[in-house]
Amino acid sequence: MPPAMSDAVRIAIVGSGPAGLSAAARAAALKIPHVLLEKTDHLSDTIYKYQKGKHVMATPSQLVLRSDQEFDAGKREDILNGWDQRTADIGVQVKYNADVKSIKGTGDPIPGSIQHIVSRARDGSTTTTEVQRHAPPYAITLTNGDVIIADTVVLAIGTQGNPNLMRCPGYELPHVTYQLDDPYAILDEHILVVGTGDAGIENARGLAEDPAQGNVVTILNRAPQSGTAAESFPTAKEPNAKALVADHDEKKLTIRYETETKAIEPGWVTLSTANGEERIRCDRIIARIGSAPPRAFVEGCGIEFASSDRLAFPTLSAQFESTAPGIFVIGALAGYPLIKHCMNQGYDVIEFINGNTSLKPADEPLLVAKFAGLPGNRSVEEWLAFLRDNVTILNGMTTLQLREFMLDSDARAYGKNDRVFTRNEPGSSLFAIAQGSALVEVSPTDPSITVGVETGSIFGEVGLISGRPRGATVKAAEDSIFVEISRTAALKLMSSVPTAKRAITRISLERQLLQIFKSGLTGADLTAILDDAKVVTVGRGEAILTEGDEGDDIYVIRSGSMAVEKDIGGKPVFLRYLPAGSYVGEMAVLGGGRRNATVKAAVKSEVIKFKGSDFRALLAAKPAVAAAAEAEMDSRKKLNDFIESRKADFSGAVDLYSETAKFLVENGMGEATDALLIDENLCVGCDNCEKACADSHDGLSRLDREAGRTYAHLHVPTSCRHCEHPHCMADCPPNAIQRGPDGEVFIEDTCIGCGNCKRNCPYGVIRMEAVPPPKPGLLQWLLLGRGPGPGEPTAKWVKANSPAGIKPRTKAIKCDMCSGIKGGPACVRACPTGAAIRVSPEEFLGVARLGGGGS
Amino acid sequence: MASLFKRGGARKTAAQTERVREKLHEGFLRHANFRWLKIAVALCLIVIVTYALVDVSPRHNGGSWLGYTLGTIGALLILWLTLLGYRKRRMTRNFWSLKAWTSAHVYLGLSLVIIGTWHTGFQLGWNVHTLAWALMMLVIVSGIYGVTVYAMLPAALSNNREEMTQMQMLEAIRAFDRQLHEAGQPLPPADAAAVKLSLDQDPFAGGLLRRISGAYPGCATAAARRVIAAGSGGDAGARAKVETLLDSKVAALGRLRRHLRLRALLEIWLYVHVPMTFALIAALAAHIVSVFFYW
Repeated sequence: MPPAMSDAVRIAIVGSGPAGLSAAARAAALKIPHVLLEKTDHLSDTIYKYQKGKHVMATPSQLVLRSDQEFDAGKREDILNGWDQRTADIGVQVKYNADVKSIKGTGDPIPGSIQHIVSRARDGSTTTTEVQRHAPPYAITLTNGDVIIADTVVLAIGTQGNPNLMRCPGYELPHVTYQLDDPYAILDEHILVVGTGDAGIENARGLAEDPAQGNVVTILNRAPQSGTAAESFPTAKEPNAKALVADHDEKKLTIRYETETKAIEPGWVTLSTANGEERIRCDRIIARIGSAPPRAFVEGCGIEFASSDRLAFPTLSAQFESTAPGIFVIGALAGYPLIKHCMNQGYDVIEFINGNTSLKPADEPLLVAKFAGLPGNRSVEEWLAFLRDNVTILNGMTTLQLREFMLDSDARAYGKNDRVFTRNEPGSSLFAIAQGSALVEVSPTDPSITVGVETGSIFGEVGLISGRPRGATVKAAEDSIFVEISRTAALKLMSSVPTAKRAITRISLERQLLQIFKSGLTGADLTAILDDAKVVTVGRGEAILTEGDEGDDIYVIRSGSMAVEKDIGGKPVFLRYLPAGSYVGEMAVLGGGRRNATVKAAVKSEVIKFKGSDFRALLAAKPAVAAAAEAEMDSRKKLNDFIESRKADFSGAVDLYSETAKFLVENGMGEATDALLIDENLCVGCDNCEKACADSHDGLSRLDREAGRTYAHLHVPTSCRHCEHPHCMADCPPNAIQRGPDGEVFIEDTCIGCGNCKRNCPYGVIRMEAVPPPKPGLLQWLLLGRGPGPGEPTAKWVKANSPAGIKPRTKAIKCDMCSGIKGGPACVRACPTGAAIRVSPEEFLGVARLGGGGS
Repeated sequence: MASLFKRGGARKTAAQTERVREKLHEGFLRHANFRWLKIAVALCLIVIVTYALVDVSPRHNGGSWLGYTLGTIGALLILWLTLLGYRKRRMTRNFWSLKAWTSAHVYLGLSLVIIGTWHTGFQLGWNVHTLAWALMMLVIVSGIYGVTVYAMLPAALSNNREEMTQMQMLEAIRAFDRQLHEAGQPLPPADAAAVKLSLDQDPFAGGLLRRISGAYPGCATAAARRVIAAGSGGDAGARAKVETLLDSKVAALGRLRRHLRLRALLEIWLYVHVPMTFALIAALAAHIVSVFFYW
């Protein structure tokens, strides 16, 4: 093919996303002859296609940005404008509408460098094509026929530019789109959303959010309707699926199950449904049916992938060079989806190409600062090697993993007897001993009783796993260096390094057992028991023990909680609530016989299962342990007897207690640490609790008194339970959700308003709201009638009194247990009749409520 | 009693004190083991006994030293009791319990019957002084009604609600209306007109009496239900569907009307209690001024 036009440059950069832009800017700054090829007529198409006004995040926040382009978290428009400006200022040579068709070496064939491309047909058969690689320079052919010659190519094309397309007739019509910029700009249209992943669901919900938009939104689901939202929409996050189903139930939009598009024509679409074909109005189709790395194109360039997996990434050297010499791959296509990573790679790759071999990673200064306070005068490289060699759980990490890991962790030096943390203090971080050793004060009363933890081992794992406060005070036994690993970093470590996960699990099992059977046990005594132990995940409501069954396994509750029930007179009676850290099943081992109660998970829990035979052997060897276990068993037996004796006398009371306890457990009290309950025998419905809540927190109430479940006049309102393992914390991009010193789960001001926590909360207690303007004081309202009065102001008042033109940012708000307010929770203080109470499950589900006696 | 005043400043103390009491979980009447009932009874006994023992000549009246004492206690108490409305709305950050305030309000308010009446020396007449006394008694009587409904109605409110919120109840009725609108189309004109009346009528109109009694004899939905049941002709399937929908709507209306009735009964006394309190304070001011002016 004769080239229509030929340019020769030293570096050609394909793709102008964050990675490509940053690379081009570096090349321009170094005055290297270059060209930036962009498929569309604007820069950075993926971010260009974000919804209008979307807040773009700059994570990981600790990572330093090293690029000639600027970037910080902010609005999509501001970021794009900044990049456009900078690209022009620095003199980047951009070629727009340059869609690359192929990249081929024009030099001699490289001996022995033959690529095998395996393509798989639909029937599963494969064919292998062999391609001889040629040396640089590369000829880059565009779809318009232009050819660009470049010594090196930086491929930064990402994966988003390659959406999966619709396949039915009419797919090429202009109203079939694969993105949605601004759902609020579309008004009064009939819209069909295809694809029930998160993108499709978010688009559909945005289009139908406000009835005033006047849109008629239909979303198609190929799958049939199942029992739960999550099963009906398996590719979406569960909260998204639930929200979509809720919108459908509220008639905001329509979900059509078992439906696909058959044909598209202007204004109409024909659907194939379970009951035949149907033609409906349709002004716009938004298809969100996924995207994939453009593998065929990339392989055609001579680049090998790490595996045949659909989601696999190209094989790269440490300098991002692919298997085709002179072609470098960076950004999302290299497996780094975060903008900051991409931009740093853009900078780094140009430096590498330019011969800078001594370039240190961008996070070097941060790590230098991390290690600055430590004795030993080592370089970052040496410190990382030191940690990896000395701390068992870090042994299996690569240098790159370790660098990222250390950004979320801290290494500190402790002097002899320095306290690391104190018993009952909340805390969920893990500590690893890199040098020296630690002492654990195992007895709450006598600090002189301690157990040592040696170099290389860890402590603090109970807080990490169970979410409960620290079980013991820990101090340094000598001059030591401990690494504090944040919960996030620890979870990442456990999921990416399997050996670390195994080590942490094993140690935590051992410690949990030692804590339960304190009496002079050592780790060595538990080896046999631990070798046979298994961690079992139990779904909510599942039983680990069933009354009357054979079996002598013992279970330790690692996370979550359990409810113990006994069949009395044909009815299951609630006996006891077991929080994480308790054990169950010992009666059958010690006393023999069948299981005398049923134990069910109150929430999704993890239990450790030990063999009864191992346990019996341990008891035989350690009489002190046997005595402790028997004492515990006796107290539980007494409780059972008490309930049974009560049953005869006051069967009604026992029934009510039992049913109420079960109701509370079903409503999430099993994972609560502190929850609001309302006694509806006393509640007059004045809503003073809500008003007090709003007046204590910027005019926004964090509880909905009337909503929620009720049993026997005990009402569980929609209000935060401060879960042991808060679901809301799971996916917070700025890590703004934290647990405070009194155990309260609260949201910091760094919230970006993404709504993940709201979607993740199974109890619906998080609201996304903007803070209303301040109200006039109470006396002004009482005497002069000024302002909206106590409680949350109406939307109308807020609108009338907000400064014009400024739209306040919505943020997530939830109960913070009135943290920082001396008087304690406002809802309880402000209840005129005493109906509102705050409880934790241990105190509330205790037998004391049965009317005296018992434990 | 001491523990009420002993509460520490630190937040933890407050939270824990509250927790201890939660285990017993008392309402405002039983608060702190009837602490304020005991105080109020003691106060009344002291008043009655003193009244009986003190010899005032020519007879007990508001102008004796005992009368002045009781009058001062009563007037201050009235002002303090009025402050409950302020306390309830003023969310200061230190520890206080509105339940404790309500408890004190109820029992000390009741003790005013003794303090106020004994203050008069049983000299009542058609004058501004007795007006103050009468208004006070009216406030107390309305308060007694309030305590009674607070004790009796919440459980009924909760039972009737069956976990639905007021908004959901309204929504349910709207949903039935939408369906009725569709389902009523195939009916013969007379029947359709009856259904349309049910859609057009404001089911809660009729003012306070209707709301308090919960009886709506002119309910167009109930009427439509009778018309549809009695009528015939048209599409039998459509008629059966409308009948079912009307049944559901009648039930939903019944629930919401009971809900509104209970809420009205829980609130209506405040429309006497609060304005009468301000009238009482005005009359009290007139009473005090006139007593000192016309000494």
